[in-house]
Amino acid sequence: MSNPQVVLKLGDDVSTDIIYPGRFMATVLPTETPQFAFADSAEFNGRLKAKEIAPGSAIVAGKNFGCGSSREQAVSCLKGYELCIVAKNIARIFLQSAINLGLNIVICPDIEASEGDELEIVEGKVLNKTSKKSFAISPLPQARQAIIDAGGLIPYTRRLLRAQ
Amino acid sequence: MGMTYAQKLLAKASGRSVAATGDVLEPKVHLAMSHENGALVINQFLEIFQGTGKDPKVFNPDRIAIIFDHRVPAETSKTATNQKKIRDFVAQQGIRKFHDIRGDTGGICHQILPENGYVRPGMVVVGTDSHTTTHGALGAFAFGIGATEMASVWTLGKILNVEVPGTIQVVVNGKFPQGVYAKDLILHLIGLVTAEGANFKVFEFHGDAIRHMSTSGRLVLCNMSVEAGATSGLVPPDAETQRYLREEAGVAEPVEIFGPDPDAVYDKTITIDVSKLEPQIALPHTVDNVKPIGEVKGKKVQQIVIGSCTNGRLDDLEAAASILKGRRVADGTRLLIFPASWRIYRQALESGVLRDLIAAGAVVCNPGCGPCLGVHQGALGDGEVALATTNRNFKGRMGNPKGEVYLCSPATAAASAITGMITDPRGAK
Repeated sequence: MSNPQVVLKLGDDVSTDIIYPGRFMATVLPTETPQFAFADSAEFNGRLKAKEIAPGSAIVAGKNFGCGSSREQAVSCLKGYELCIVAKNIARIFLQSAINLGLNIVICPDIEASEGDELEIVEGKVLNKTSKKSFAISPLPQARQAIIDAGGLIPYTRRLLRAQ
Repeated sequence: MGMTYAQKLLAKASGRSVAATGDVLEPKVHLAMSHENGALVINQFLEIFQGTGKDPKVFNPDRIAIIFDHRVPAETSKTATNQKKIRDFVAQQGIRKFHDIRGDTGGICHQILPENGYVRPGMVVVGTDSHTTTHGALGAFAFGIGATEMASVWTLGKILNVEVPGTIQVVVNGKFPQGVYAKDLILHLIGLVTAEGANFKVFEFHGDAIRHMSTSGRLVLCNMSVEAGATSGLVPPDAETQRYLREEAGVAEPVEIFGPDPDAVYDKTITIDVSKLEPQIALPHTVDNVKPIGEVKGKKVQQIVIGSCTNGRLDDLEAAASILKGRRVADGTRLLIFPASWRIYRQALESGVLRDLIAAGAVVCNPGCGPCLGVHQGALGDGEVALATTNRNFKGRMGNPKGEVYLCSPATAAASAITGMITDPRGAK
């Protein structure tokens, strides 16, 4: 359960080139990638870097969020600011990497929200407190629950490694 | 109930006799590929081992491939340092399928894997690159993963929690008209399906146009399957697959193949008659924004790129050279060529293809990803338009969010280089 404010509203097919432009791909470490989050959207990137955006804030996106390249920087840069992604649906590799790194993602096929709206994410639905509408959440793939419960793929794999 | 090719393959790789859509499997990984982002994989891999008291050793160095292609030669000291870190790791772990920046064995990962016979039918191949789907052209279940997922694969030798995807059967019939290629077919298919239409599904290609298609063309189809969201694109292997592996990939031993069951159940079937297909163009800024060439011809272009993991193979360069031989790239337009590997570079050098391209005004660059991901070798200026045989036209893709990228076949790119505007290649020869 959380109460994020919508800090960015995006359309469909937002690619990883928008989230983390290819020219910054030589920067790989999760501790260093946040500076380039949405680097070509200067205003939003500036607000992130100036810490004007509270941890837990939401980006609301349309269909196919995170499509394109497998670059994990696109996930780690958002995780670095503890942003929450509420999208109509999420491209496969991005979804998997988000689960692996523990980025907060919510798949909400009918979500309607504008920048500035206050959301409340509760069991099974997103409540838009500004518009007073609620939208059902699609559960994450059941198969990934063990990774989520372990706190990400690194601790999960470490546990399997220890058991070997 | 019969199984699709992907279901059958994943069942085998998971030690089961049957697999159905939605089953969660942990298939064995036959090949795990990374490029420069191996630097991040190494970081995550070492983190997994932290506190376990175990020596960080990869599960099997012979099942790991690392190819430098994304930024070669290094464009910054940061990249050079990442590459150095990977070289040290490769030496320490005994990884032999390592392709450094070299004119004899180097190239783009999605060409290096096939041409060295690293990929065989029935394999499970993962890569920290979304275009790993390419290798489905040889009958492998091949898909892109993130770096942390790869670190887990390096540790365990299997990929956790793979849900068996549903399969979209794509039946392609008819004979390609002159000037129309595999690239036009896949752009057309992506336009039909949309950029997310095959999300969490796979394409399985069938039909006489596929059976008669060379492996080079099949690699184009599977390479771009991910642009419709597909986990993988698969061509069930056949005599052409065996021929390619024997004659072009140096595989001496017999290659066993299998196909889907005749009563396999598909999520849906898409049928395409290529004999009626026209050259296709994907317009900015999504790959599914596809139109027949007639609707965009005449659009002025400042940069043309022929090459990449999608269309940098010998037949692609030959198609371009046959149009450009004795002609001249238009003033105000620059033509950049990126062969997919140094083997292809040398073949094109020896056959005179590169000579003809250079004589026409083309700049032949070293094999690598170059401008496709916008790191170096051919960024766009503000407001410039590129026409490229690459696979993506997202905003910001050729190094500049104020540029525009259109996608096409090598023949369309070559015909357009002569005029400096998007030009129909039919009848250009």
